Order: sequence, then C-alpha cells, then structure tokens
Amino acid sequence: MFTLTETWYLVLAALIFSIGAVGLLVRRNVLVMFMCVELMLNAVNLTFVSFSTALDDLGGQTAVFFVLVVAAAEVVVGLGIIVAIMRRRQSADVDDISLMRG
Amino acid sequence: MTAVWLIPALPLLGFVTLVVLGRKFGDPGAGIFAACMVGLSFLGTLGVFAHLLSLPHEERAISQTLFTWISSGSFKVSIGFLADPLSITMCLFITGIGALIHIYSVGYMKGDPKFSKFFVYLNLFVASMLLLVLGDNLLLTFLGWEGVGACSYLLISFWFTDPKNASAGKKAFVTNRVGDFGFMLATFLVWVTLGTVNYEQIRPLAPGLAAGTATAIALLFFLGATGKSAQLPLFVWLPDAMAGPTPVSALIHAATMVTAGVYLLTRLSPIMAEAGWANDVVAWVGALTALVAACAAIAQNDIKKVLAYSTVSQLGYMFLAVGTQSYVAAVFHMITHASFKALLFLGSGSVIHAMAHEQDMRKYGNLRKYLPITYATFMVGWLAIAGIPPLSGFWSKDEILAGVFNAKTFGNLALWVIGMAVALLTAFYMTRQVIMTFFGEEKWRHAEVDAHGHELHADEEDAVDDHDHHHLTPDHTPHESPISMTLPLVVLAGAAAVAGLLNLPFGDPLKFLEHWLEPTIVGEHELPPGWVQALLSLAAVAVAVIGILGARAVYFQKKVDPAKIEKPVFAHAWYIDETYAKFMGGPGETAFEDVAQFDQKIVDGAVNGIAGGTVGLGNRLKGLQTGLVRTYGLGMAIGAVALLAYVVTRIGG
Repeated sequence: MFTLTETWYLVLAALIFSIGAVGLLVRRNVLVMFMCVELMLNAVNLTFVSFSTALDDLGGQTAVFFVLVVAAAEVVVGLGIIVAIMRRRQSADVDDISLMRG
Repeated sequence: MTAVWLIPALPLLGFVTLVVLGRKFGDPGAGIFAACMVGLSFLGTLGVFAHLLSLPHEERAISQTLFTWISSGSFKVSIGFLADPLSITMCLFITGIGALIHIYSVGYMKGDPKFSKFFVYLNLFVASMLLLVLGDNLLLTFLGWEGVGACSYLLISFWFTDPKNASAGKKAFVTNRVGDFGFMLATFLVWVTLGTVNYEQIRPLAPGLAAGTATAIALLFFLGATGKSAQLPLFVWLPDAMAGPTPVSALIHAATMVTAGVYLLTRLSPIMAEAGWANDVVAWVGALTALVAACAAIAQNDIKKVLAYSTVSQLGYMFLAVGTQSYVAAVFHMITHASFKALLFLGSGSVIHAMAHEQDMRKYGNLRKYLPITYATFMVGWLAIAGIPPLSGFWSKDEILAGVFNAKTFGNLALWVIGMAVALLTAFYMTRQVIMTFFGEEKWRHAEVDAHGHELHADEEDAVDDHDHHHLTPDHTPHESPISMTLPLVVLAGAAAVAGLLNLPFGDPLKFLEHWLEPTIVGEHELPPGWVQALLSLAAVAVAVIGILGARAVYFQKKVDPAKIEKPVFAHAWYIDETYAKFMGGPGETAFEDVAQFDQKIVDGAVNGIAGGTVGLGNRLKGLQTGLVRTYGLGMAIGAVALLAYVVTRIGG
C-alpha cells in the first residue's frame, strides 16, 4: 500500500523552497518577490512540522510559531515599505530602486 | 591647617576675574584689584612662613596634595604643593616684590589703552611663578616654567604694534624653548631612573644614581636653566626682552622669572651632589656669562639694556655659586638681587617716564635736580649692586666669592679672579649709568631741534618705547613720578639696603638664612674661615671702589675718552647674537629647509600614501555594491548552495 512518509513532505517542501528561491531571483516585481519569500518561509515551516512528527519532538512545532510571528511582523513592515514605494514611483520594479549603489 | 594652595590660587583668581571683568574695572580699578590679589597672596605666604617658623627645625616642610593630575600605570603625578624653607623664601620675594611692582604699574601704565590686559598677564605671571616654586614635583614645576615663558612672551610683545617688540617676544619664547627641551629630557631621565618626579621622593633616592646618569640629568636641567635664566649660550633673549614695559622688565627679567633656573638647581641639590663635573660646567658657564655680560653692559647706551646685561651678569654669579655648591649664597644673592634690581629697573622706569619715553642715556644728565626721590633710591640700588658695605649686594656677592675661593671646583682660583673682575666691571658700569643719568649737564637741551635727530642717533639695538609718540624736546622739563610709582621705590630701597641682614658672616647666630635653608639643601659647601673671608671682603670692597673711581674719572672728570672703553665688541655683546643670526640665517636655515622637505616628502608622503591607497581601493570595490536587491539575493543563494554542498560532501559524507 502506498504510504505517505515524511519524505514526501520533505520533497514537497524542497520544491516549494526552490520555487520561492528561483522566483525571488528571477522576478522583478517587489510584491511577487515578497510572496516568494513567504513561499520559502512556509516551505521551511513544512520541514519543521514534518521532522517534528517524524522525530516525535515538539521543538519543531514551537519553531514554526516563531517563524509565523516573525513572518507576520515582516509582512507588516515589508508591505508598508512596498506601499510607500508604489506611491512614490508608480512602479514596483526592484531594478529601478538602486539608491544604495556604491 | 595652613592653606599653601591659596598662595598661587589668589593671583590665579585675579587672572580669571580680570579676564572676565577687566574692562569693567577699567583704569586704575583693574590694576588695584590685581595688586590686591598679589598682596593677599603675600600675606598668605607670610602666614605659611610664620607657621614654618613655629615648627622644629627639621620638620619645616608642609606637603599638601590637592588631587591626582595624571595617573597612567605606575606614573602618578598629583597637583601638590611643597612649602619648605626654600620655596617659601622664593614666594616671599615673588609676592612681595610682585605686589610692589603691581602698585608701580598702576602708575606707569596709566592711560594705556590695554591697561586691564596688562594686569591680566601680570597676575597670570605671578601665579605661574608661584606654581613653579611651590609645585612638589618636576612636572608641576614645568607647568609653571612654561607659564612664565608664555607670560613673558605676552608681556615683552605687549606693545606688539611695533614689529620690533613683537619679534623680541618671539625671540624670548623660541630661545626658551631650546632650554625647555633640556628640562623635558632631564625630567624623562629622572622618571626612567628614579621612577618618580616628586621632589621629596627624589631626595632619598638621588644618592643611588649612577654618576654618569646624575651628570647627564644635571647638565640637561642646566640647559633648561640657561634658557630661562639667560646664561651662555642662551642669554640673547634677555637684552631684547627690554622691549616690554619697564615694570615687566623689573618683575620678569630681573626679580623672578630669571631666577627660576637657580631655584631649580638648588631644589635639585641632591642630584647635583652626585653630578660630579656637571657642577664645574655650571660654575664655569656662570662665571663666563657674568664676565661677557658685564663687558657688554659697559658699552650700552640704553638705560634698560645696561640693567639687562647687568641682570645676566648677576645671574652668572648665582650659577657660579650653585656650581661651587654654595646654594645658600646663591639664594641669598637671588634675594638681594631681586630687591636691588627691581629697584633699579623701577627707578629707570621712573626716569623713562619723566623723559618722555626716551631711553638713550646720552640724552639724560643732571636728573637728580628733577627727580629727587628716584635719584635717592637709585643711589641705594647703585651702591648695593656695586658691592659697597653695608648695603645688601656686598654681603651676598662676598659670600659667593668666598665660597668660590676655597671650592673644590676645577680652576677655582681662576673663577675667583673672574668673579673679582666682574665685581669691578659691575661697579664701573653702574657708576657710568648713574653719572650719565643723574649728573653732568642736561644733554637733552642740546639735542638737535629737528625731530629727526632722534632717528639719526638711534642704533639698531635701541629698544625705544615709542608707544606714545611725543618726543623729547630741548625745552622738556622732567617731572617726578606719581606716588604709586615712588612708594614702591622707597620700599624697595629699604629692602635693598638691609637685605644683607639675612645672612651676616659674623658668627653662627647671625647666619639666619643658612640655618633656615639647611634642611632643604644637600651638599652645601663650607665657607673658608673667618679671617680669610675678611681679607677677601677687603679685596672685594677695594675692587668695587676702584671700579667706581674709574668710572668717575672717565665719565665725570672726563680724563679718558669713553670711546676707548666702550669698544664695539662690547656694545654688540661679543657679537654672539649676530653670530647666531648669521648661522641661523645661513647654513641653519638651509638645514631646516631640508628637514622640512624631508617631513613633507617622506613622512607626510607615507601618511598620505596610505590614505590615498585606501581611497583608491575603496573606489575599485564600490562597484560591487550595485544597489540591486536581486544581485545580492543571487550572491546569498550561491553562497548558501556552496555552503550546503560543502556540508553534505565533507561533513555529512
């Protein structure tokens, strides 16, 4: 019988993480990049939960809560910045924003 | 508890107050306030003096530490004061004569546009000098040492609108720096070898010094002393320092600042006792300076320059005494000299004041008719410095010469002969000055009527106070100075007359100064027996009388042409100053230019090169920071992958 072992979850998490990472590198829209970051974070969350179940250790699940809280805070700040940028520049292309160039 | 710190603090308070409120106090308020501060400081000194007298002989030293100044590893210096017989003796005449000169200045500087500023400097000067004397360690003394140097610069070039005065100030400052470098090196050496700069700690440790080290320390401190106390080879600044107002000449360049070198070596007598031939150097340099300066004094026509060279010469006597271990005689002469030289300078200031700021003695004459008080007091000063008993100069000079006579110094008899020759010259040039100024005909009446006559006669070295531009005219009638100027003269004349009582050579109980200073001095040399001293005194008096009679024959009876005596070589002080100027202007300047080039190209080049290299590297590297978030993201991703690959293959495998 086909059983759903933790390997499947880990593979899925790796896939989601890769999609997020590649998306972050290839897309230029800030909002999309931001969503990619969320993907990566949640992929990591999935890994944590999988291992937590497999190893019967609650530590992994605890870590997820921390990640969620941090992600929520990050969304607040990040979206605030993005909205501010959109208002000023009428575009969300990161390559247009290179004020910190040396 | 006696508050020793109050002694320097009061003039310092006066300085600070006058800096802020000086203009508001105005003329003469600022001067009176400054004089009061120094006067109070004098009273404080008297209090400490009385307290010291009440203590047993050996315990007469009050050490007072206020707070730690520098604490760095084992190097600890505190702001502390040491009131012992030596420092209190110095303080007594610094504050006493200082107060009199402050009072005198109120009259002398009346109407000067920078009246209050003058007293700012004067108070700061007194405070620095007291710090120098009272400081209980070498570093604090150095602070005061530099303080008097700075004040001296400010006061010499007080009338700085005349470039001559300004350059005289600079000369004094730069010449003193040369000596200061010796002082600093010596202090470092003391610290390295003894591990302390505190006088009371140096004292028991000094006998443990190696002879070579002690000699080096003594010579370096003596180099410092030659700068501050105007000895060969650094005496050239003092005659030029006469560019300052006359009270400054009296206070700084006669009574106090120049004695700092003598004080320093006396304070360090424990080291000098170990210093071997350094003492011979001190004695010989002192004697030669005394001779060179006395010769120069003969041929000067500026009333203040005569006194300036005389000061250099008398300081030479003091160093002669220090070098022959007659510290008591040195301090004794310092006290008597401070009183009679301040008197002479203030008297000459009174004359200059009366003669419309003309300083050329060839234009004076018969002034005793017009300036009776100045004349009478000047006579006292003249006889005192010439060494006529029973006035003060005789006793102190005699003690020095007696000490030299049986000293163990190299060539002590030659030194004694030089000392006697200087005594003769001293009597000669002072008599010349007195005759030219107070006797004879009223020469300014025959001066050319045109105003240019003044310029025609003025030589290069005439430092004329022409800050107010009324010239001496033939119909000028000299007038006696106001009471604020004559009163200090009278008091100083009294002091100059009786200061000899401090240390009379007749029997032990009368040697008050010697007993008083005994606990602070190490290695004091014994004087020759009484009958030898008596014979030497007779010789000294005879020499002084010869000098006076000689000058009388030349300048009063006019038996000899003065030009035969006033040789150009004397007028130019043996061309020492000119030689310096020539050397420094020629090869010296070239050498300094080269050093400057080295500094600019090599030293600065290295520093600038490092800075330039860093900037260039930064310019190259800044291209890496594109400001594009995705580039950074790519970098991070590649890094993470590489790290992961490493972990998996090396550690995980």
